[in-house]
Amino acid sequence: MGNRCAVIGVGQTKYTTKRQDVSIAGLVREAALRALEDAGLTFADIDAVVVGKAPDLFEGVMMPEAYLADALGAAGKPMMRVHTAGSVGGSTALVGASLIQGGVHDRVLVVAFEKQSESNATWALSTHLPFNASLVVGAGGYFAPHIREYIRRSGAPAHIGTLVAVKDRLNALKNPYAHLKIHGISREMVESTPMLWEPIRYLETCPSSDGACAMVLASEQAVTGTPAWVHGTAMRSEPIFRAGRDTVNPQAGKDCAADVYGQAGIADPRRDIDVAEVYVPFSWYEPMWLENLGFAAEGEGWKLTESGATALDGDIPWNASGGVLSSNPIGASGLIRFAEAALQVRGMAGEHQVDGARRALGHAYGGGAQFFAMWIVGSEKP
Amino acid sequence: MTSEPLVADHVLEFPGGYTRSTGPVIGRFLTELRDGRVVGVKTAGGRVLVPPLEYDPATGEPVTGEWVEVGPAGTVTAWAWVHEPRKEHPLDRPFAWALIRMDGADTALVHAVDAGNPKAMRPGLRVRPRWKTDREGGITDIACFVPEVTMIVSPTRAEYRIRASASLTRFLEGIRDGVFRGGRCAACDKVYVPIRVSCPECGNVIGEEVELPGTGTVTTFAINNLPDPRAPEVPFISAYILLDGADIPMIALVGGVPAHEVRQGMRVRAEWAPAEERTPSMSSVKWFTPTGEPDVEL
Repeated sequence: MGNRCAVIGVGQTKYTTKRQDVSIAGLVREAALRALEDAGLTFADIDAVVVGKAPDLFEGVMMPEAYLADALGAAGKPMMRVHTAGSVGGSTALVGASLIQGGVHDRVLVVAFEKQSESNATWALSTHLPFNASLVVGAGGYFAPHIREYIRRSGAPAHIGTLVAVKDRLNALKNPYAHLKIHGISREMVESTPMLWEPIRYLETCPSSDGACAMVLASEQAVTGTPAWVHGTAMRSEPIFRAGRDTVNPQAGKDCAADVYGQAGIADPRRDIDVAEVYVPFSWYEPMWLENLGFAAEGEGWKLTESGATALDGDIPWNASGGVLSSNPIGASGLIRFAEAALQVRGMAGEHQVDGARRALGHAYGGGAQFFAMWIVGSEKP
Repeated sequence: MTSEPLVADHVLEFPGGYTRSTGPVIGRFLTELRDGRVVGVKTAGGRVLVPPLEYDPATGEPVTGEWVEVGPAGTVTAWAWVHEPRKEHPLDRPFAWALIRMDGADTALVHAVDAGNPKAMRPGLRVRPRWKTDREGGITDIACFVPEVTMIVSPTRAEYRIRASASLTRFLEGIRDGVFRGGRCAACDKVYVPIRVSCPECGNVIGEEVELPGTGTVTTFAINNLPDPRAPEVPFISAYILLDGADIPMIALVGGVPAHEVRQGMRVRAEWAPAEERTPSMSSVKWFTPTGEPDVEL
């Protein structure tokens, strides 16, 4: 795994529908300055900058890393951009961590963002090329059939997705940065909203958010303040079209989890992990990923959700921050999971702090569930 | 005998207009307007009045002789939208009457805001004067106020010529001819449809071409309630269809059946466009429709 690496600063913007008061540069700088302030540092203390971003065609800003160099204090420093679709935020953290673990740098600023109010994501993801063999559908249309297949295989009752939609929005009420603040959220409210891509209801989907997230990563000798130590990092990918590919329980996700658990010495994730921030953009992905990540046996994930185990007061809280279901600046959403995991083990998650959290999982996935990025962070040195 | 009432139009207008002395305070304000500046006058209490008044309305005392330039921008404090401008209005299109507090002023002046749309108006909106070129020393030397620039439109357009790959061309020519063409990987023994150059599992070149029937099984599907260019009517079904003999499903429309009667495991067949209307495009397959055979166990 290389040298020790720690998160020493986290910065987030308040996720919201529209941040028209700032440019993209102003948005990322806000997150970066907050992360630096958390670490007690300035741009002058940073050795390199890694930027994560979903496809350029979303906002139509080509090579945003070039445009953002000034805003992120990167002049005269190494700067690079990462792109792995929806998992990009997680991959960005891992690329930054690898620069520390490899001994190349002592302090790396990682930043990811999306300004969905000025992004045309649906258009960008379905540009309708003249020659195509497949029906092109958006994200909801793509994932809904896999959720249907999960429900068929597992025999999960229809209300499981609703439970997740309520639970994550209740958690969001405790997170000052969360976008959706739905007071009085209830199963009845979720079930009264229309099916967009059956079996996915309106309130079982993530919002479109403007926002940025940043972290300062440091080598052991460069740690300031309260560190969250990186105990394991892993990325995996698989081809989207492959005969026999299991789109409900992707092999790449299982392999990625096994790798990161192995590095962190985790034998039983439900027992050994105190809190998990997992990329759940549609409510049903909680039970699906509970199985994919080994928190429950295959076909049993929904029972964990139903029992309340993943609630803030359960034995393995998932998405105490409110998760992607409550805030979704796409490019940043993975980094937010990683950052929230770090906040938990630093004991700095505020009202949504899980008491005594010592080890946390950060998780992101992207594309057609074909890119995975994960890390385990802990309060103690690995 | 009743007679019609005597009715006539009449204009009451003193020829050429009244003359009126401005006095030193208002005169200074109008003179500065003619020079393209907005100024305010200070009261003894230190408030800056824009537009200036000769006597402080709070105390009745004369204002001081101290002048300050304000603006150039101001903030809308209140507004009302004019849907149908009258001929004497400053603009010939819908606009807002607004109270505008110029930067540096403690009071607001009334003027027109050319905002285009009432949705663009709000208290707190930042505006700047649009000056007339020929100014005469009057408040209408400012033609109107306009919002500050906060958003730009950035056109993005790339034109290019697309050539379909050899394998996609082969597949789509098959669709034109009413057949689905796949390819078998000799190493994995898996049949991929559409036909492709290499196997995504092992990377081997796919050499053997196979023709698949237009029948298959729905493995899973979504009921879409949001319209799509390819399927303007909702709800529509987008389904994963495993063609008979294939090892990987295709995503396609299912039709000819009510949405809520579609099932996982349902047997379907391609509904082809008439042969003379077919092109090398998936639009030559209208959709997949149930065959009526018993469902398949998945």
